[in-house]
Amino acid sequence: MTPVLETRRLMKSFGGIIATNDLSLSVTKGELHAIIGPNGAGKTTLITQLCGTQTPDSGSIRFKGRDITRMPAHRRARLGITRSFQITSLILEMSVLDNVALAVQARQGSSFDMIRPARSIKAIRDRAMALLARVGLQDKADMITRALSHGEHRHMEIAIALASEAELMLLDEPMAGLGHEESRAMVDLLKSIKGKHTIVLIEHDMDAVFALADRISVLVYGHIIATGAPAEIRGNKEVEAAYLGEESGGL
Amino acid sequence: MTRRTLLTLVTMGLLAVLPPVFYLTGNPFYLDLATRLTILAIAAVSLNLILGYGGLVSFGHAAYLGLGAYAVGIPAHHWLYGGLEGIGLNTTSGLVQIPLAVAVCALFALVTGAICLRTKGVYFIMITMAFAQMVYYAIVSIEEYGGDDGLVIDSRSELPGISLDDPLQLFALSYVGLVVAMGLVRMIVNSRFGMVLQGAKGNNERVVMLGLNTYAFRLTAYVVSGAIAGFAGALLGNFTTFISPEMMDWTRSGELMFMVILGGATTSAGPVLGAAAFILLEEALSSLTVYWHLPFGLLLIAVVLFGKGGLVGLLSRREGGK
Ligand SMILES: Nc1ncnc2c1ncn2[C@@H]1O[C@H](COP(=O)(O)OP(=O)(O)OP(=O)(O)O)[C@@H](O)[C@H]1O
Ligand SMILES: [Mg+2]
Repeated sequence: MTPVLETRRLMKSFGGIIATNDLSLSVTKGELHAIIGPNGAGKTTLITQLCGTQTPDSGSIRFKGRDITRMPAHRRARLGITRSFQITSLILEMSVLDNVALAVQARQGSSFDMIRPARSIKAIRDRAMALLARVGLQDKADMITRALSHGEHRHMEIAIALASEAELMLLDEPMAGLGHEESRAMVDLLKSIKGKHTIVLIEHDMDAVFALADRISVLVYGHIIATGAPAEIRGNKEVEAAYLGEESGGL
Repeated sequence: MTRRTLLTLVTMGLLAVLPPVFYLTGNPFYLDLATRLTILAIAAVSLNLILGYGGLVSFGHAAYLGLGAYAVGIPAHHWLYGGLEGIGLNTTSGLVQIPLAVAVCALFALVTGAICLRTKGVYFIMITMAFAQMVYYAIVSIEEYGGDDGLVIDSRSELPGISLDDPLQLFALSYVGLVVAMGLVRMIVNSRFGMVLQGAKGNNERVVMLGLNTYAFRLTAYVVSGAIAGFAGALLGNFTTFISPEMMDWTRSGELMFMVILGGATTSAGPVLGAAAFILLEEALSSLTVYWHLPFGLLLIAVVLFGKGGLVGLLSRREGGK
């Protein structure tokens, strides 16, 4: 079976910094593939190349067998790739419901319609409400997004990713900045999504990673030094030396 | 009904009633003032679509007023002095001139917008201004249409059923034009297209990641905005019957921006109230002192800095954030 996502020998540098170094990765359908690595390892840079906001210097990216290395971001999104942002990226001046409704509308097409009032289209509003309910934010639907807490923003990001019904979800540190309780709620939410979408999860929270991942890749200085099931990664000496040992004081 | 809707209705009600009353009671000057106000309000409403809702700070909107006016003046000129018979542009027919104004401006917006919208922030402001100045200098260089000295429109646009030589009818047409422009912008803003436009203003990358090519949405809004402003320009030509490149100067574009911000961007009534405040202040201050530009400028800066939400914000404050 062709992998959903496959990169071959990806390279990307900024001036003298090599952010992505000979990176080959393969993600199969339905798996939750976690990518871990120290700060500055190039995780976000990888995501931006996968979703198309940056282009690699060399190497290739395939999505379901199709070469998308140089395809613009909005077209990749249409093909079924969505991302969430490490730093919350929402439309702060819009209501919570409008944010999610915009994602639903983008999925359904006909965004170029200039005549029908968007807020009167029941199918879109209902779907957006259902997604908000799924992440536990139905009571905040009419609030201005700016007024919500950081944890709630992280949940909105997931609702928006779900709205796209994308086959491949690229999640960049969904737990960033969350408290203990909030993190657990997010793990539960991701568990409920797992299997329905192919997910690439970037995360520093090791408890979350080991609870969720089918496979884990370890990224160090832009290069994947190991890929395997959680148990294998846990026992890998090289990984421990390069990363796990110093970061989280052993596992 | 929200306070804002009420404010829009009151504003438009007063604008419909007061000027004709002044005119019929022997004060034609005030009708003239109102007609100019109404025409500039149409341009401000069109600017609000891209500046307010789209977050695109276009500093060249006066170019559309000028192009629209010349689309009336140039055919009228050839109607009188000959030339352009081959393409039928020697005419005083409004049914040719007004669509021409709209089409020329839409095309100008399409071509310049396609380039401007590749840039962001200060670069966008500068390049929109540069294109407007280009039109300015192009017109200045054409001797036949008066160049620097401007062009007198000897005959107003002829339209079936109404005479634009009658000040009251010209005002009525402008007023209807304003209502239509406001309705159009409101419809667009509330549509799915409008959601994308406003979303891209708030967070462009987010909207792109939803699979929407925001560039295409912005360009479309830019063209619609230019077309509406072109219509305002055609009316302005008929109102002043004298057009000159000066009406496309960048200071004129700045005035339109101030009207939108002064009145309250992203509101229906804002650009109209802004245009009204602008015209009335200009009138009042210029009768007091020839140096009226200075206090006027200071006042505008004060409103922009301290009057959050502009006049609409001021007049409907109690309603809160919505
Ligand atoms: N636009 C850019 N210009 C220059 N350098 C960049 C740019 N983006 C990333 N980098 C550099 O590339 C390297 C990888 O950055 P990246 O943000 O991908 O790391 P990361 O693994 O996501 O880190 P974190 O865990 O802190 O989120 C870093 O050294 C960073 O400074
Ligand atoms: Mg990162």
